[in-house]
Amino acid sequence: MSTQNHDQVHDHPGHSHEEHHGPAKGLTRWLFTTNHKDIGTLYLLFALVMLFVGGAMAMVIRLELFQPGLQFVNPDFYNQMTTMHALIMIFGMIMPAFVGFANWMIPLMIGAPDMALPRLNNWSFWILPFAVGILLSTLFMDGGGPAGGWTLYPPLSLQAGNGFPFTIFAIHLLGMSSILGSINIIVTIMNMRAPGMSLLKMPLFVWTWLITAYLLIAAMPVLAGGVTMLLTDQFFGTTFFQAAGGGDPVLFQHIFWFFGHPEVYIIILPAFGIVSQIIPTFSRKPLFGYAAMVYATASIGFLSFIVWAHHMFTVGMPLAGEMFFMLSTMLIAIPTAVKVFNWTATMWRGSLTFETPMLFALAFLFLFTIGGFSGLMLAIAPADFQYHDTYFVVAHFHYVLVPGALFGAIAGAYFWLPKWTGHRYDEPLGKIHFWLSAISVNVTFFPQHFLGLAGMPRRIPDYATQFADWNMVSSIGAFGFGLSQVLFAFIVFKTIRGGAKATAEVWDQAEGLEWTVPSPAPYHTFDEAPVVK
Amino acid sequence: MHRVATNARHLLTGLALGVLAFPAQAAWTLNMTQGVTSTAQEAYDLHMLVFWICTIVGIGVFGSMIYAIVVFRKSKGAVPATFSHNTNAEIIWTVIPTLILFYLGYVTAPALIRIDDTRNSEMTLKITGYQWKWQYEYVGQDYSFFSTLAASSNAARQLGSDIAPASVENYLRDVDKPLVVPVGVKIRYLLTANDVLHAWWVPAFSVKRDAIPGYVNEGWFKVDKAGVYRGQCAELCGKDHGFMPIVVRAVPRAEFDAWLAAQKSPSPAVAVASAAVAAN
Repeated sequence: MSTQNHDQVHDHPGHSHEEHHGPAKGLTRWLFTTNHKDIGTLYLLFALVMLFVGGAMAMVIRLELFQPGLQFVNPDFYNQMTTMHALIMIFGMIMPAFVGFANWMIPLMIGAPDMALPRLNNWSFWILPFAVGILLSTLFMDGGGPAGGWTLYPPLSLQAGNGFPFTIFAIHLLGMSSILGSINIIVTIMNMRAPGMSLLKMPLFVWTWLITAYLLIAAMPVLAGGVTMLLTDQFFGTTFFQAAGGGDPVLFQHIFWFFGHPEVYIIILPAFGIVSQIIPTFSRKPLFGYAAMVYATASIGFLSFIVWAHHMFTVGMPLAGEMFFMLSTMLIAIPTAVKVFNWTATMWRGSLTFETPMLFALAFLFLFTIGGFSGLMLAIAPADFQYHDTYFVVAHFHYVLVPGALFGAIAGAYFWLPKWTGHRYDEPLGKIHFWLSAISVNVTFFPQHFLGLAGMPRRIPDYATQFADWNMVSSIGAFGFGLSQVLFAFIVFKTIRGGAKATAEVWDQAEGLEWTVPSPAPYHTFDEAPVVK
Repeated sequence: MHRVATNARHLLTGLALGVLAFPAQAAWTLNMTQGVTSTAQEAYDLHMLVFWICTIVGIGVFGSMIYAIVVFRKSKGAVPATFSHNTNAEIIWTVIPTLILFYLGYVTAPALIRIDDTRNSEMTLKITGYQWKWQYEYVGQDYSFFSTLAASSNAARQLGSDIAPASVENYLRDVDKPLVVPVGVKIRYLLTANDVLHAWWVPAFSVKRDAIPGYVNEGWFKVDKAGVYRGQCAELCGKDHGFMPIVVRAVPRAEFDAWLAAQKSPSPAVAVASAAVAAN
């Protein structure tokens, strides 16, 4: 397959090295670009902006929860904030960030000149700002933004203002963007690998993205169907989810989580991939158990489709259903544990250094594992009746999403910034950013375990005084974490503007095709496919 | 740079010690309640079992990570090995978690079966969720009432109210009329909702079940100890989701019978008597 492609590249008259020109000038470069690096940059910068938009909403939430009583916002606006925070962070921030990494790095890692479908690539990015713009605009409409939680459970989600159809449309667009991006990634990986790069020689980041892309293609249409049914229930008189018309509110939950659980892995698998690139590099030792890592990722991908109703233990499923979803959920612990053990074994008898990407990868390793532990606890259905919909759950998924997925993305950003910009980032500042983030993320989210166990439900704007102390600690941590990310943005822009020159290899003994091209990576790379031994 | 890292580590240690020192104060609650029903005790026991399993596994995993971080440093002259797999190790660390999970499934399944078993209940309670209050009906007794957030909390919780939450007794955890149930009686509950999803949750009973329009969910609880138990709605149900608490007063059987009789009787004398019982 790849050899064939190799030939095609050479047959094509317009592809000789001398005829390439650099990027266009000005705004049109970014509007019309079909270059994977430009599009990757767009995705990443967009995600960075959204980190602060979604983060600002988190700050509103933690400000209101700083002490008992309502001080700043009314309960309805509070619900809009929790709902929008989740939608923006998931669909506007973390997913685009990883698509950005995929755009930049997959062609460089597999020795391809660009993504397979460059115009589609442009489109899948440019859908995003409009989708998120529409979503954000609902905040200013009559009735405000969506306030029924990001899970959009009916009937509550149907008690919405004028913004409701816009929310649904925005979700459709976001899903479309993800599906197009995924198609592109799959086609690129399947067809454009350099000669000699068999599937089981691909870097793990490419593998995790390949599986993620399949998950996206399978899961996003399910969400699209579900939200479309919400839309027709609201405006066209159907009663899919309305008991009064013979419909079933629980059906929506099954549809939603059939999308929602794979979505969890869609978010975390690319972070697994990034960490699997970083830990071997700074351990100066090959990744331990490469094949096991690939199979573990694939198993997680498969299991993600048969565990969805563990989000619904309290919904009143039959005993057999609860038993099945409890046991299948526990199974996920096995491939996940294998991954954690393999990362640890990669460091074992290595020669470790602790530059900022490695620090974030290590924090990922420790804190994602904590999120994994609380995930195992949540799988135990009889105990889940106590955990469900409390701050324990909030703590759990923030541990896997913030020091998990987000730290994975930040680690990747530090890791590849020198390749992208040609400059080394400011290492002391990076380390300060790391310690501020690592400490404040724990101050924010660890006490939320205690709050949940003590009986504080999630999604409430005000709480009983017995929860006051830990909430204050959590809010202080959250403000610290928010401020720390301003430093991250500063470091990123400082690196873009200048800094010490980075070599092609960037990191001591870094392995992989992306380190064979100069830093910054030229606008066009691998016009001639490299040969992989 | 190393100094920054060291300072940060000191800060982290200080913070950890601080956290450990706090539980002396009651409000810094750390753990799940053991509750007053067998279900709650079971939930607590399973919670602690998994917690300790995770702790032991965590000590092993984090211990080896920390060992690797401390010992295999380039700055200490560590020379990287070249191995990239070890079949025995991989089999062992796949099999061990599998065995642990089998064990967990084995101890958890019976608990789930017991929780699901609503047979042999002595009375039935129908609970209906509304935006934003609960309705309780004693099925077969022809008696029902609504239970809403207490007026004192309701006044204090308004945006911009000058009433400090700390000055309100049981802020947001008090209702105008609590549910009263007998102690030591297996009570089957039927749960539904009238508008949107709600969830009825009393941590001390480990009862958390969704109230769904068009569905009647069932479950049971048997309170072992008399007392007042507080909970609240646990499924987002709109703007006042945070303001529909649940208060259950569990009283001895005889007292419960007297209370119920008094509620059903329109006679003012009995109503006064029932008020006295309620105040008791």
